[in-house]
Amino acid sequence: MNTINQLSRRKFLQLTGLSTSGLMLMGTVPLNASAADVLATSEGHTLCLFVSINDNGRVDIVTHRSEMGTGIRTSLPQVVADEMEADWQQVKVIQGLANVDYGSQNTDGSRSVRDFYHIMRQMGASAKHLLEHAAAKQWNVSVSECHAKNHAVYHDSGKTLGFGELAATAGKIPLPDLSSLSLKNSSDFSYIGKNIPIVDLHDMTVGNTIYGIDVSLPEMLYASIERTPVLDGKFSQYNASAAKQTKGVVEVIEIKGKPLPAMFNAIEGVAVIATNTFSAIKGRQALNVQWQANEHSTHNSETYLDQLSDTVTNQAGEIFRQRGDTDAGLKAANKTIEATYRTPYLAHASMEPPMATAHWHDGICEIWACTQTPQRTQQTVAEAFGLTTDQVIVHVTLLGGGFGRKSKPDFSVEAATLAKHMDKPVQVVWSREDDIHHDYFHSCSAQYFKGGLDDTGQVTAWLARAAAPTISSTFSWGNETLGDNHLGMSFGTIPFDIPNLQLERHAAETHARIGWLRSVYNIPFGFGVGSFVDELAHAAGKDPKDFWLELIGPDRELEFASEGLKFSNYGRSFADFPYETQRFKNVITTLTEKMAWGEKLPQGQGWGLTALRSFLSYVAVACKVEVISGTLKVTEMHCVIDCGTVVNPDRVHAQLEGGLIFGLSLALMGQIDFVDGQTVQSNFHDYPVARINQTPPIIKTHIIDSDRLPAGVGEPGVPPVAPSIANAIFAATGQRIRELPLNKHFNV
Amino acid sequence: MYKLMINKEEFNVDVDADTPLLWVLRDFLDLKGTKFGCGKGLCGACTIHFDGQAMRSCQLPVSAAVGAEITTIEGLSADGTHPVQKAWRDHNVPQCGYCQSGQIMNASAFLSNKPELTDTNINNAMEGNICRCGTYPRIRAAIKQAGNELFVDAMEASK
Repeated sequence: MNTINQLSRRKFLQLTGLSTSGLMLMGTVPLNASAADVLATSEGHTLCLFVSINDNGRVDIVTHRSEMGTGIRTSLPQVVADEMEADWQQVKVIQGLANVDYGSQNTDGSRSVRDFYHIMRQMGASAKHLLEHAAAKQWNVSVSECHAKNHAVYHDSGKTLGFGELAATAGKIPLPDLSSLSLKNSSDFSYIGKNIPIVDLHDMTVGNTIYGIDVSLPEMLYASIERTPVLDGKFSQYNASAAKQTKGVVEVIEIKGKPLPAMFNAIEGVAVIATNTFSAIKGRQALNVQWQANEHSTHNSETYLDQLSDTVTNQAGEIFRQRGDTDAGLKAANKTIEATYRTPYLAHASMEPPMATAHWHDGICEIWACTQTPQRTQQTVAEAFGLTTDQVIVHVTLLGGGFGRKSKPDFSVEAATLAKHMDKPVQVVWSREDDIHHDYFHSCSAQYFKGGLDDTGQVTAWLARAAAPTISSTFSWGNETLGDNHLGMSFGTIPFDIPNLQLERHAAETHARIGWLRSVYNIPFGFGVGSFVDELAHAAGKDPKDFWLELIGPDRELEFASEGLKFSNYGRSFADFPYETQRFKNVITTLTEKMAWGEKLPQGQGWGLTALRSFLSYVAVACKVEVISGTLKVTEMHCVIDCGTVVNPDRVHAQLEGGLIFGLSLALMGQIDFVDGQTVQSNFHDYPVARINQTPPIIKTHIIDSDRLPAGVGEPGVPPVAPSIANAIFAATGQRIRELPLNKHFNV
Repeated sequence: MYKLMINKEEFNVDVDADTPLLWVLRDFLDLKGTKFGCGKGLCGACTIHFDGQAMRSCQLPVSAAVGAEITTIEGLSADGTHPVQKAWRDHNVPQCGYCQSGQIMNASAFLSNKPELTDTNINNAMEGNICRCGTYPRIRAAIKQAGNELFVDAMEASK
């Protein structure tokens, strides 16, 4: 461990000011270290916050983002290794602890590459700088004569020193001024843009991996918790002694819920603590907890959605984006079309339910969790127990899926609560039923659209209204209005070249914890907008592809503020990530060149397509369906994405394949119902997700070649699936589906 | 006390008769490669081999495992070189990886019966194993490769 020069290495260096393309960077990340620096415990010489090298040349690269299947533990270190000229075979990836110095570790919003690509390049370049200066010092030559390449530094004379030989010296050289760093030309990339297999690949095929549920500590106890079935519920009684009579059960502990908003608090429940998981589960079955009724005990999602649908269809809402005079445009139209769509609540159902282990010792609380958000875990636990964040250490395990559920650290708060009570390590094990009953649910929605066409089939007016419970209610109880950033997800940011446009929102009460799910509001709004464009195309008697291109209109960059919508553009500036209609149209035209758009099909078969911009990427999807005697089969899915620069193409393809299948699950079968305030579904028999036999034999993904800034990948494949299938069903049968999931209408 | 034969090794565990083998493996024997996914035999994450046949360990009481030869992902091969494991890596199948122990155990049991490697046969054999990441297209491709290596190529060679 290198302790020399740590003070200067802790100096926070501003990363703004270094830029090869004039881009605005996401905040700043210091080049070096803090108390939570995992590299401080490795045997290497620390070069910067993300890189250390030992005397044998092994390069340790920190990955600060959570691995839930995107391949991020590989992709970002791949960028660092490329820029510092390390040999990938000699790189070891180390998972970072919760540490604010890294910048955001909140692994959601398809942000990891788009927000950290440039910063990882700087980290690699700074390490290269130190190694080249170390060589110059050892050789006593000018640094301009020293060049790092392939895990060594070469002198113009031909002599070389390996990274391991330089590590100790490099670790003592002051970090560079960022303006002195130069980044590689893309033509010189050795790893960026290459299909490097994920670092966990071998371990994942031999069962040698540690997910949240696999953490094992000496004297660890296991907890199973019976939680309130209704939002903000309180228990009235339970049978602790019956639970304690179960073999292996050692304790029964109450967890008292906090007042709304739900935040990331542990919810009210009774925990059974045992020496093993199965004893905890059995003991819990004996608890027989009784719950008090409250104002949410009457929530019925069917009735609720009926009311939302009625409201959006029949009542004017609050206008949030406006152009021209939509009332007049609709009155003057040759033909008007209207439609109301509804989408259900959804659950995340990651294969590994939430799992967390906590251990209090030496005045600190140490946590191991499959969390998407280690810093939020740290802060939430610190606040819950009156600790400083320094007193909470958060280890991130592998995540058996996340999809947004594991960006809420409520399960870590539970583990910390129980471990403190027991004064021993406690692992909280969520069952599948716990996961589905106590999710932060994806919002249900109702949307109404009315469009006017002129006598040439051009759209002259577009009126749309949306209502859905808002994620904001999870943080601000009583907030019943969707904000501009959520409405901006595919509903408020429609890129259509229409003279009259009016978008409205309605309030919606909240009766459940509402949260982010892979693509968030792009899912319902992508369905509404993507379906209604198809309805208009058919009403106009035009080919849907041609109609999309015509509707988007000429090449231009869009802004929304002048029409009333304050859209944050997924947290990035429009200067860096303009909304470009050319790229939007290009994914549609490329898509239709990649599959048999326009092919003549027999009765009962059809193609449908849709496109959208989400998480700064442009994506288009076409699906082919077959509908025979009420049975729906999706036989082909094709996807084209323009996500800018790509670090690891195979992982982008994998994310798109997975996104399409995730979208297939929710389109075909995804539905969570509430009756009497309680979640009806409980496990994979009544909350089915796509299985291999429902997976189309043909799934093709295509990435547009681009050197633009990297944009989001993990989420954009999901939202276009449901509308493209619904549009294909219309093409096949003439039946328009306006309510998801599709198994309400067909056998799937 | 139950005497179990797991990965060709003998273990004695003192648990209730109804304890699912899944929790015995994980909590008592520290064999964590077998995963919990649903607890109801609906997802296949906990698949192991019971006398060579794929079985959901969350539905198998420990008392019923006595006398059987149990294989878990840790015991499928000594060094991770079973053709199914190799094919999984060749096709970069895993995303989050959580379900893949169960997928691999189910696929290897399926292939041990030397089936015809059609999509329909593969779908029928694998439909009990959920992958929420959606790695199914690669699972199909990997199973075909492993099957070819395991018996189709061998049959061709013997002709």
